[in-house]
Amino acid sequence: METRDLKLDGNAIGGLMLELVGSDLTAAISVCGGCGAHEEMARLDVYTGAGIVVRCRHCEAVMIRIVQGRGRSWLDLSGTASLQLDQ
Amino acid sequence: MTWLTAEIAAVNQETPRVRTLELAARGWPGHRAGQHLDLRLTAEDGYQAQRSYSIASAPGEPLALTVERLDDGEVSPYLVDEAREGDRLEVRGPIGGYFVWDGDEPQPSLLIAGGSGVVPLMAMSRHHAQIESRAPMRLVVSSRTLADVIYREELNRLTAKGDGFEVVHTLTREQPPGWTGYTRRIDPELLSEVAFPAAEAPRVYVCGSTRFVDAAADGLIEAGYEPGWIRTERFGATGS
Repeated sequence: METRDLKLDGNAIGGLMLELVGSDLTAAISVCGGCGAHEEMARLDVYTGAGIVVRCRHCEAVMIRIVQGRGRSWLDLSGTASLQLDQ
Repeated sequence: MTWLTAEIAAVNQETPRVRTLELAARGWPGHRAGQHLDLRLTAEDGYQAQRSYSIASAPGEPLALTVERLDDGEVSPYLVDEAREGDRLEVRGPIGGYFVWDGDEPQPSLLIAGGSGVVPLMAMSRHHAQIESRAPMRLVVSSRTLADVIYREELNRLTAKGDGFEVVHTLTREQPPGWTGYTRRIDPELLSEVAFPAAEAPRVYVCGSTRFVDAAADGLIEAGYEPGWIRTERFGATGS
C-alpha cells in the first residue's frame, strides 16, 4: 500500500510469533486481561515502531509487547489473560 | 520454522508498479488461500531485510507472490524492478490461520480489496475456480485507475465462467471513457449496493490499508453485518 500505516493487525506478527513461540498464533483466541474480550490474535490491533505493541480492539488495553535487539527478543504477555491454541 | 531458499522461476509484470514472482522453494509445505509468508533478502555485506507478502496462487499451484513497489521501500523496489529469473532469496511460511478461505462452507463470500490488497483475495478467487465451488463469491476491487487494476484479464476470465464468481470494480482517481463501474472510494452506500444481504450471513474478507479496511468494515456493520463475519488484514510498512 502507498500509506505508511503504523496501525496493523495480528496477521502482521504471525511470522514473528511463529519464530518466538513456535506456533502460528494468528487464529489463537486471545483473552484481554483488561476487559476479558475474546478475539483471534489476527483481530487485535498491532502498532509497530521501535517495538511492537498489541492492543485489545475493544478496550485498547496493551495485551502484548515485543522488543527485539542484540540477538534477544523480549515478549511481555502480562496484558493477556490467556491464549487458546488449537492442537 | 526454518527459512527455505527459493529461486525465482518466473516474473510477470502485472502493472507498472506491480509484479508477480513465481518461486521454486524446495521443501515448501504448501499453503491455504489467504495465507502469507515472510521473505528475507541478504546483501553481500550480510545486511538482512525481511517483509511479509501475501501468497497470490491457489493452493497446490506453484508458489507466487504479487508485490507492489513502494518507492521508499527497502525490499519491494528490488522485487519489482530488479529481481530476475534465477535470483535466490529466502522464505518462511506459510503463515496465518485466520485470514483463510478453504471453500468448505456454503454461504456466499464477499471479498473487498484496496489496491494490492487484492493479492490474498486473488488466491481465494483462484481457489474458488480450482475446486469448482458453486458458492457465490463477489470480489470488490478498488483501484486508482484502470491501468492499476491487478489481474484484470484473469478476473475477466474468472467472471466469464459463470460459476457464481463476480467482480465489481471501482476506479477512484481516473476512469476511461465510457466507464460504467463505480468511480469513488468505497463508502456505506456503495457497500450496501454490492454486499450480499445480511440474511445470508456472508463470509467477508477485507484486505488493504488500515484506512481502507476500517472504512469497509464500518460500512458493512452499518449495513447490518455482524463484526464476527468480517475478517480483515491490514497492509502497512511491514508489508513493503
